[in-house]
Amino acid sequence: MSRANNFQIGGLVALAGLLLVGILLAGGLVWDRYQGASSTTKIGGPFELVDAQTGQTVTDQSYKGKWLLIYFGYTHCPDACPTALNDLSLALDKLGDKRREMAPLFITIDPDRDTADVMKDYAASFAPDIVGLTGSAEQITKAEKEFRVYAAKHPTKDGGYDMDHSSVIYVMDPAGHFVTNFTHETDPDQMAAKLMSLAS
Amino acid sequence: MQFRRFLFSGLAALIAVGGAAVAQQAQPAAAAKVEVTQAWARATPGKSTIGAAYVTVTAPAGDKLIGASTPVAGKAQLHQHTMENGVMKMRQVDAVPLPAGQAVTLSPGGYHIMLMDLKAPLVAGQSFPLTLTFEKAGTVETKVMVGGVGASGPGGTMAPMDMGHMNMGSKG
Repeated sequence: MSRANNFQIGGLVALAGLLLVGILLAGGLVWDRYQGASSTTKIGGPFELVDAQTGQTVTDQSYKGKWLLIYFGYTHCPDACPTALNDLSLALDKLGDKRREMAPLFITIDPDRDTADVMKDYAASFAPDIVGLTGSAEQITKAEKEFRVYAAKHPTKDGGYDMDHSSVIYVMDPAGHFVTNFTHETDPDQMAAKLMSLAS
Repeated sequence: MQFRRFLFSGLAALIAVGGAAVAQQAQPAAAAKVEVTQAWARATPGKSTIGAAYVTVTAPAGDKLIGASTPVAGKAQLHQHTMENGVMKMRQVDAVPLPAGQAVTLSPGGYHIMLMDLKAPLVAGQSFPLTLTFEKAGTVETKVMVGGVGASGPGGTMAPMDMGHMNMGSKG
């Protein structure tokens, strides 16, 4: 074996090694992508927030066994949020006994302004069983992520801000799985009919 | 003597009233008039210090709504809601266009007059004055009726029947 040959073999081995690393990397990336893609379809997950009425920390487990009806909004929202919460309350009014199986939650996306004190009594103004939830910025961000909620501050001319946000009501089954969602196109009758058909 | 004084004061009063009437007429008559009807607002939930007022405006010759003020709020601004891919956005606008002869209704999900820094909660059944400013017609004062916390129209708390087509107004 000449020195040159040795060198060539060494080069080949290095090349093969590089190839292998490349394949592994690419495979890893594809796998990661795949995992990512499958998780984007999942809505909902564990959360830890603060019940504005009681000041107590609550988690998704606090409402176990109930259907969760979750709306993300904020109290400085004069139009869309009251409309959504009112529609939800009208739907709840039509559920009769099945209303007890529901846990309607109003989660703020504006924890900076929506402290427990500000949130207190807000949700209950629409229906006594709607629970207002707030939390630290981290807790809220985590809940938003779990539920794939978009929320962003939009500065206003006077130095304040409004929130751009997803405006939908999520319906989670008693096991915590996403079932459906209501939009601004869904009227209270349709919501009630769907909930009646879902609840046992 | 007494009678003469009476006559004088009567005459003075008449002139004053007449003058005021002329002055009052002169302002809106100078430009196109607008008609403001069905002014309403929702009661504010909890300790909220913001609210929204809605009106229907008809400007026979066309105009623009460019501002609003009310003694019940620190600030009143014109806002518009839009819905894009399920994301609700609210933006302050400089004006609400009022095409000639068309009744323009501000309603949930579209334009609203945002009331900020409310001095007291808006309570269902009560009313408050609202002054609207138009580009041509100047100012017009109207009385806003406060409906329920989730009212969807000027009918107050009865309005839920209309929700089907009001539809939380996402068409913004």
